[in-house]
Amino acid sequence: MAKHETPLLDQLESGPWPSFVSDLKRQAEKKPECWDILGILELSYKDRITHWKHGGIVGVFGYGGGIVGRYADVPKLFPGVEHFHTIRVAQPSSKYYSTANLRQLMDLWEKHGSGMTNFHGSTGDIILLGTRTENLEPFFWDLTHDMGQDLGGSGSNLRTPANCVGQSRCEWSCYDTEEVCYHLTMHYQDEIHRPAFPYKFKFKFSGCPNDCVAAIARSDVSVIGTWRDNIRIDQAAVKEYVAGNYPPNGGAHSGRDWGKFDLQKEVIDLCPTECMWMEGDELKIDDKECTRCMHCINVMPRALRPGADQGASVCVGAKAPILDGAQFSTLIVPFMKVSKDNEFEELIEFIEGIWDWWMEVGKNRERVGETMQRVGLPTFLQVMGIDPIPQHVKEPRSNPYVFWKEEEVEGGFERDIVEFRAKHAA
Amino acid sequence: MGYDPTKPMEGRISDLGPPNYEQFFPPVIKANKGKWLWHEILQPGVLVHKSETGDEVYTVRCGTCRLVSVEYIREVCDIADKHCDGFLRFTTRNNVEFMVDSKEKVQPLLDTLAGLGNRFPVGGTGAGLTNIVHTQGWVHCHTPATDASGVVKAVMDELFEYFTSMKLPAQVRIALACCLNMCGAVHASDIAILGIHRKPPMIDHSRITGVCELPLAIASCPLGAVKPAKAEVDGKEIKTVKVNVERCMFCGNCYTMCPAMPLADPEGDGIAILVGGKVSNRISAPKFSKLVIPFLPNTTPRWPETVQAVKQILEAYAADAKKYERVGEWAERIGWEKFFEKCDIPFTMKSIDDYRLAYDTWRTTTQFKYTSHIK
Repeated sequence: MAKHETPLLDQLESGPWPSFVSDLKRQAEKKPECWDILGILELSYKDRITHWKHGGIVGVFGYGGGIVGRYADVPKLFPGVEHFHTIRVAQPSSKYYSTANLRQLMDLWEKHGSGMTNFHGSTGDIILLGTRTENLEPFFWDLTHDMGQDLGGSGSNLRTPANCVGQSRCEWSCYDTEEVCYHLTMHYQDEIHRPAFPYKFKFKFSGCPNDCVAAIARSDVSVIGTWRDNIRIDQAAVKEYVAGNYPPNGGAHSGRDWGKFDLQKEVIDLCPTECMWMEGDELKIDDKECTRCMHCINVMPRALRPGADQGASVCVGAKAPILDGAQFSTLIVPFMKVSKDNEFEELIEFIEGIWDWWMEVGKNRERVGETMQRVGLPTFLQVMGIDPIPQHVKEPRSNPYVFWKEEEVEGGFERDIVEFRAKHAA
Repeated sequence: MGYDPTKPMEGRISDLGPPNYEQFFPPVIKANKGKWLWHEILQPGVLVHKSETGDEVYTVRCGTCRLVSVEYIREVCDIADKHCDGFLRFTTRNNVEFMVDSKEKVQPLLDTLAGLGNRFPVGGTGAGLTNIVHTQGWVHCHTPATDASGVVKAVMDELFEYFTSMKLPAQVRIALACCLNMCGAVHASDIAILGIHRKPPMIDHSRITGVCELPLAIASCPLGAVKPAKAEVDGKEIKTVKVNVERCMFCGNCYTMCPAMPLADPEGDGIAILVGGKVSNRISAPKFSKLVIPFLPNTTPRWPETVQAVKQILEAYAADAKKYERVGEWAERIGWEKFFEKCDIPFTMKSIDDYRLAYDTWRTTTQFKYTSHIK
């Protein structure tokens, strides 16, 4: 595999941001197939269309997913990427690594693949980018035998779950996002590796409503940490903020002069429910009115902390636009304890309640959010055995097209027109 | 022994899952998990977290191009071995984070990073711009309408100063998806770059019978534009599909399902810009991004029109928004008519929703502002 002229891509080597082109070229010195990655990409830059053939079904025995097959449409020009399959490798919670682990994985990939990766795919997996079909089983053998690691998910199954950094390095995380992500990933290995669903299904775990893993936008079951008691206030620290001794928002705005910190303007007046006020030099919060948006805590991390009675809100149904439009997850369980003490029993029961129903009624390639739209939220709640509460809606419906079941209405639906006519002539 | 293709199921290990995360915790993280009290951003790219035990962990965040080589990851490992007891992590926006357990260890780490050319830019914290969540583009995918890595590089080069500083009203999340499957976060980002097509699919009647399950292609269309049809191939009548061009909005989902319906096109394809999305619940609820520029061309290799558009929006926002206000909150407060005026973006018919629940997005009030749009 020879070096190709890449006049267009060469222009992406200048500038301050790290250049993927320079990195590819450096790798090509050791792995010549990288010249062909550059070559086929240069051709796409010239033709302004992709040069990968449609689809590609490859994998390893025992699994129905984990590898995305890909073939070049110009294999003669670029034999190094004739096969260019991607392997998804399951990543550790929060994406912490030891260098020993990463070096071993990189050695394996140098041996079996192109030498290029994505750290990480959007769902969370380590992406090993580009190898031939005949390398898949040997790589998988080494990955499982030498490293004790496994593939991630692809296809109509449970995809690789992911979480925010959680309690390992954040003071706001209201449950152990790492542990629940790991635990559920292990618990549902079969659902990850062997597609059994109408379509894909994702879990994401965020420790608080800042939602650093974007659970509400990018997962079918979105578990977002919260609390149900009072925000913990350190009044002495509040005074330090007012005095200008602590930087607001942890110093996040220090690159610009926004003036002296103004507690009234920056916190109290921005609270979405207007439930905060100063009483003398004490900050007060009417916690019954607080919707736990995190703003005041974000601005004063040294003075305010989430409450101590912690758990999570569970929302369901986020998806991208195809087919019926993009959806965020919708609130189903306002507060759930998420605890390892009972092996996350409540959450598991909830998830399996959704699956039992959706696997039965979900249409081919219908995300659960679309199934919920099709049958309606009331039906979904009934299926899940959940009583309706005002928290389930942003607002009550405004149209009057309300369904009633026959048993809900006195006398039922069976009526006699003759009886009706006796009182009301035509 | 290794894999034996004649006995594929022998010695096979499966269902191992990911490695347990705890073995990869730096000691200071392991000792203080769940005990953190507060954090502070000391300078762009450098965080400190304080534990109730009195311990501190300092984190240095660096941008990466996500598409990285084995050599690059080894370089990351060298840095972590030298400064961080052999531990590191990656963020949910594909930055890399190096952690040390005392303040004295920060500067030597920063010096090492600065000595590695532009490969480890430090930043991405606070009210600045962080890494662009992006997709595969022409590097690996078969359905893209644009590239990912190249556009991201071009945009980050131009906006680099915002990665290494914290002078915006709030953090700005830019995301890119190379088609409207929207892998990633395009539908909920402050500024979103989206690959789009503008020509209906071609139909390869000579191949469709062999490669396509027609009912799936028909069911894949959000607008019911794909219908069963018949065509003649080599004198034989075959079952195929036809596309009602009037109803097709070029989403490409039929091609996802059916290899005989390609639609990529050098002139037709390009980029749309959406703005105003967010995922956090801070002050306002999560928001979807909204389409403000319907089309910009795929001008390889540096997409100057796209870069300029993103910069224009970012700078108009930076100049006008209030502290803590995200792009979407700003646009909604001033009104979208003002947003278009302040960003100097022409308003076109393409920004008016005409899909299903479109009515909810029209203006059913007399409340509006007089802008240059009203002649």
